[in-house]
Amino acid sequence: MDKFGFPEFLFLLQGLKWTVLLTIISFVGGGIIGLVIALARVSPVKTIQRAATAYIALFQGTPLLMQLFVIYYGLALMSFNIDAWVAVSIAYTAHASAFLGDIWRGAIQSLPKGQIEASNALALGYVSRMRDIVLPQALKISLPATIGFAVQLTKGTSLAAIVGFVELARAGQIVSNLIFQPLLVFGVVGAIYFFICWPMSILGSHLERKLSLGY
Amino acid sequence: MPTEKQLSVSDNEVLIELKKINKWYGGFHALKNVDLTVRKGERIVLCGPSGSGKSTLIRCINHLEEIKDGSIRVAGQEIDKAAKSIETVRREVGMVFQSFNLFPHLKIIDNCTLALRRVKGIPRLEAEEFARKYLDRVHILEQADKYPAQLSGGQQQRVAIARALCMEPKVMLFDEPTSALDPEMVKEVLDTMIGLAEDGMTMICVTHEMGFARQVGHRILFMADGEILEETTPEAFFKNPQHDRAKAFLGEILAHH
Repeated sequence: MDKFGFPEFLFLLQGLKWTVLLTIISFVGGGIIGLVIALARVSPVKTIQRAATAYIALFQGTPLLMQLFVIYYGLALMSFNIDAWVAVSIAYTAHASAFLGDIWRGAIQSLPKGQIEASNALALGYVSRMRDIVLPQALKISLPATIGFAVQLTKGTSLAAIVGFVELARAGQIVSNLIFQPLLVFGVVGAIYFFICWPMSILGSHLERKLSLGY
Repeated sequence: MPTEKQLSVSDNEVLIELKKINKWYGGFHALKNVDLTVRKGERIVLCGPSGSGKSTLIRCINHLEEIKDGSIRVAGQEIDKAAKSIETVRREVGMVFQSFNLFPHLKIIDNCTLALRRVKGIPRLEAEEFARKYLDRVHILEQADKYPAQLSGGQQQRVAIARALCMEPKVMLFDEPTSALDPEMVKEVLDTMIGLAEDGMTMICVTHEMGFARQVGHRILFMADGEILEETTPEAFFKNPQHDRAKAFLGEILAHH
């Protein structure tokens, strides 16, 4: 077996499947928790605000690799017998939530103060103020940064190989070790990443343009 | 000598009562023991040099600014620490800002219906009917489906007035509503405000539009350094200002017109 044929390509696509799944899980999970973090970060309650700041600092200030180790091996040591899948999902969700939370926090704080004042003057409550006024505008402002992060996240899932998770990059390594053609194999792997991430960037600028026509 | 305008409201119920309001920004004493009573149907013009506390004063009425001490009572509701009291007051008080503060991501009609739906729980269709009534009143109904950025400054400010009116407030606060407008748009906003005045709306206006003050104001309050220095009818204020600060201020204002 020394040729890069269809079975090898299929094997890479298997890896791609896990890459995409892990990206989706961590982006959705990270998005939900990140929203909570962003709201906590701009909360008027000082304790909540500090807790969110600490959370962001912790996950932004330590390497993702270390977070993966701690969660994968750490939980195992505490005799939680968890699957590699669950471990990397938790680690990436925490990672994504800290970054998305901070991106959205910045966007929320960049809104003109008059928007909050007008909502208050109209007697809108917290839920309506956030849902109807603050978040729609903040998410729009943060769209480029959010999509940029999603692209980073997609590529960043390759780190999960370190705890034995066979995603696209790891699949490439396995195939390369079998057929001794690293240039070809990693070339193909790189091209696959590119054709996943590039459309995301295009979608990002497209959405940006479309939304900016709104007003 | 009270004028005819004054007599017509002097027996009305008290809508707003501020007692010994004090407000600090750090070490800066922004409002010093300010008292103010406003009766139903009364139209009050607040003027004074910049930094005198006039905007701060009206922003205390609907608790956009927190006071250090004193008491605020609006339409029978005293503002206390409870969020409920603040909401009750805000439902009775409409506010128009210098920079309009329309919601840029919502159409004009949605800007007007949002609080009706979220605060008063009125169904969308009914709320829209309501909003159209008030948009028509400020002569801007044909723009209902546009976004704020598609409108001129004067049009945006009229939408802001309609948005506040939709809540059917007992009193309207205007915080320098024409200061951010190009000169040719000032008149359309002032005309809208005069229309409101003619309909008997209780109004407190921070403004330097002295013609407007003279035409609609029952009382004019001159503020400087966080205090109300002069409180009289517009006629008396313009003809015969008492305080030196008021004379200097009028000199500056009138030199521009």
